[in-house]
Amino acid sequence: MATTDTPTSIDALAARLRAILSDEQVVTDRQELRTYECDGLAVYKVIPALVVLPRTGTECAAVVRACVDAGVPFVARGSGTGLSGGALPRADGVLIVTAQMRRILEIAPQDQRAIVEPGVFNLQVTRAATPYGYYYAPDPSSQQVCSIGGNVAENSGGAHCLKYGFTTNHVTGIEFATPDGELVRLGGRAPDSPGYDLLGAFVGSEGTLGIATEVTVRLVRLPETVRTLLAGFRTTDEAGAATSAIIGAGVVPAAIEMMDALAIEAAEAAVRCGYPAGAGAVLIVELDGPTPEVDAQFEHVERFCRENGAFEIRIAEDDIERAMIWKGRKSAFAAVGRISRDYIVQDGVIPRTALPDVLRRIAEISRERGVRVANVFHAGDGNLHPLVLFDETIEGQTEQAEQVSGAILDLCIEHGGSITGEHGVGMDKTKHMPRMFTDDDLDTMQLVRCAFDPQGLSNPGKIFPTPRLCGEVPGRHKGVHPLQEAGVAEVF
Amino acid sequence: MVDGPLDALRAAAGEAARPAEDADAVAGVPARYVAAPASTDEAAAVVRAAAAHDLAVVVRGAGTKQDWAVPPRRLDLVLDTRRLTGVVEHAAGDLVVVVRAGTTCEELQEKLTPTAQQLALDAPLPGATVGGTVAVSTSGPRRMIYGTVRDMLIGVTIVRPDGAVAHAGGKVVKNVAGYDLGKLVAGSYGTLGLITRCAFRLHPLPAATALVGQRVEGAEEAGRLAAAVLAAQVVPSALEVDAPPDGGIEVAVLLEGVPEGVERRVTTTRQLLGGDATVSGSPPAWWSAYPWSSGDVGLKLTATLSRVPALLAAARAVRVRYGAPLAVRGSAGTGVLYAGLPGVTDPDVVARVVEELRSAARGAAGHAVVLTAPAAVRDRVDVWGPVGGLDLMRRVKQQFDPDGRFAPGRFVGGI
Repeated sequence: MATTDTPTSIDALAARLRAILSDEQVVTDRQELRTYECDGLAVYKVIPALVVLPRTGTECAAVVRACVDAGVPFVARGSGTGLSGGALPRADGVLIVTAQMRRILEIAPQDQRAIVEPGVFNLQVTRAATPYGYYYAPDPSSQQVCSIGGNVAENSGGAHCLKYGFTTNHVTGIEFATPDGELVRLGGRAPDSPGYDLLGAFVGSEGTLGIATEVTVRLVRLPETVRTLLAGFRTTDEAGAATSAIIGAGVVPAAIEMMDALAIEAAEAAVRCGYPAGAGAVLIVELDGPTPEVDAQFEHVERFCRENGAFEIRIAEDDIERAMIWKGRKSAFAAVGRISRDYIVQDGVIPRTALPDVLRRIAEISRERGVRVANVFHAGDGNLHPLVLFDETIEGQTEQAEQVSGAILDLCIEHGGSITGEHGVGMDKTKHMPRMFTDDDLDTMQLVRCAFDPQGLSNPGKIFPTPRLCGEVPGRHKGVHPLQEAGVAEVF
Repeated sequence: MVDGPLDALRAAAGEAARPAEDADAVAGVPARYVAAPASTDEAAAVVRAAAAHDLAVVVRGAGTKQDWAVPPRRLDLVLDTRRLTGVVEHAAGDLVVVVRAGTTCEELQEKLTPTAQQLALDAPLPGATVGGTVAVSTSGPRRMIYGTVRDMLIGVTIVRPDGAVAHAGGKVVKNVAGYDLGKLVAGSYGTLGLITRCAFRLHPLPAATALVGQRVEGAEEAGRLAAAVLAAQVVPSALEVDAPPDGGIEVAVLLEGVPEGVERRVTTTRQLLGGDATVSGSPPAWWSAYPWSSGDVGLKLTATLSRVPALLAAARAVRVRYGAPLAVRGSAGTGVLYAGLPGVTDPDVVARVVEELRSAARGAAGHAVVLTAPAAVRDRVDVWGPVGGLDLMRRVKQQFDPDGRFAPGRFVGGI
């Protein structure tokens, strides 16, 4: 693997890229490069050697080919809203930014599809489809600015993925620049293309298998009715029990979101969302679908909330009231900035039924270490977003917060969950991967990496703690069995 | 008599390894051995033994789809999963189940029914195992609302062709840690390794279901009704068409939900399909079954939603032109149709029919794949047809199975 990072080779690459693209699409100015030094996870900062902004798939593939020829690593970046450092640049590499690829190529309601370039913002797809009675279902909190290409890389979720699934369930085709610099199409407008589901492997591969240059997504019919309620509970246990009752009864809400007292306090301070006073937890439950179906199920939801201790229930009467209910939840991450100088946004998953137990343990850890933790989560699918509060200017607090954050991930793994539900592994969680997966598991995943990117140039250093040398023959990496080596046993 | 490979297989799986019999042949290709490991570890030992002796391997569950795709280029060992059975864990509160691959879909559902939950995959072939269903990624009418194997498989354990055991995913629905290998093995026809265990997300069984049906004359009319249902707010769980060779098309809409909701959606759907539309509590006899029998020719045709009527019309044109009793059936709500011809049809006629349907599917941005056919037909047609991304697929295969021993030649592009 070549990592020629001498100034001369980068200069030569810059010259070649200027020949392929135009001057203004190749950024070399140090100050300008600095604006790309991090994504949404700002604790990691690296200034890229070069930034390029291709306008088409063909240009993007040509850039990749130039990188490959020069043996220079490349990293793709959409809007840079990712929260795991997935788009963290390489100092010796090229950052390929899709911000100039923002055309919606087609809205085809008759086929329930939209075809867009990777730089298109998530919410723009919905806005373009709404006049036809359709929308794009995955709705990450950053949907106003996050790019579809980034969503594909991260397999983004959102509050409504409980019912509608994640990006992977909504992408039916891509054109992408392979790590060899070829343009390849996978899937398409029709379902079930024959062959391996490489598209399924690509979505969520965090830019390590290539760069999407065009994305075909499913459009979903706008629901006839949406009904939203906000319920205030004394404790998170009560809110958790209400969640269990709802799911247990066979109701599949569009979303169930929970916030604890500290998260509510932060949201109140930031946006005055007016959540029930004295609530130890609030639950937002949203149902959508055909009116008769929603109306019947909504009654059950209300009853389950009351039976499990809800002392106040508010039902949104219109879109404005619904927006008010969601405002507190959607602003929660940023709002925590009002009550704490610094904070870590954690992203872990547990089986939903373990929620009460895990929340108690988080509270214990928080008390023991003297670190405040605000909890915001997608309660329906057990995706926790604990916000670990600290003050960087006070010595030792950063390390303490990181320890608490790590301990919460340990809890997720102990309970059979995952170290990330939607933010991705990126740079941030590579070290946690061996706690969730064995060497053979990680090695097997990297077989896919080797098939797509044998030189390891596409977003290296992300997801996997240790890169696999692609030249190795599978099966020989473990060496001779110790017993065999000692002459105790023969091979079979 | 010394039989090195058999001894090695017996060392790995005990008496569950045996010489093959005539009935163990796969699509006419005889096998030398059969091994039926009872655990992932035992399976890994068997696969390592197979690797050491360079045995070509085909995995077999209930055998319901062994006559699908292309026969293996070579075959030594049939790896039988019927001792890898049972539910490992059913976390009812989390709507998740972990099940061993050799369990049949029916056996699994029996375990789930008492909790009013389901693995929401239709089983077009009764008796199929979970592993076989994943490996071939079969689907049925309700894919319209629930999706397919790829959407429900949240974790998987495989034994790689070199005998290493690998897991991906987990037991929670929301999880983006690492590559989603489950997607890769779903529909891989056993070419990347042996699936021993699967974790699925489950769905509640609906409290009420109803079917609304209407019979129409032609493809255009069927397309008009389908479009009306899609544009309305009835949220069907399935939207199927059945076009038997003797003419006419039946359109059927499945509605699921709470009783009050279903009742009102039935009313709306009847209005959409016409006042004389029938309403039933149970599906028609043809529901979720392929329009062919064992030994026949079976195809899968895909299209964009708006081009489903064009595909139906093409099928009718083929019927007229060749006098072939082509039966077509499938999901007009997702663009996945199936077509069947009797096994006795002249292979030359079948080849021309496949060519025409493939051309029609291409015009609809889709594909035509011959899922199953008699040997004489297989020799005359390109079973898989054109495949996008084939070079990358070959590279994936090369990484997982560099010696090409798992289901060699069965898959796309000779993989």
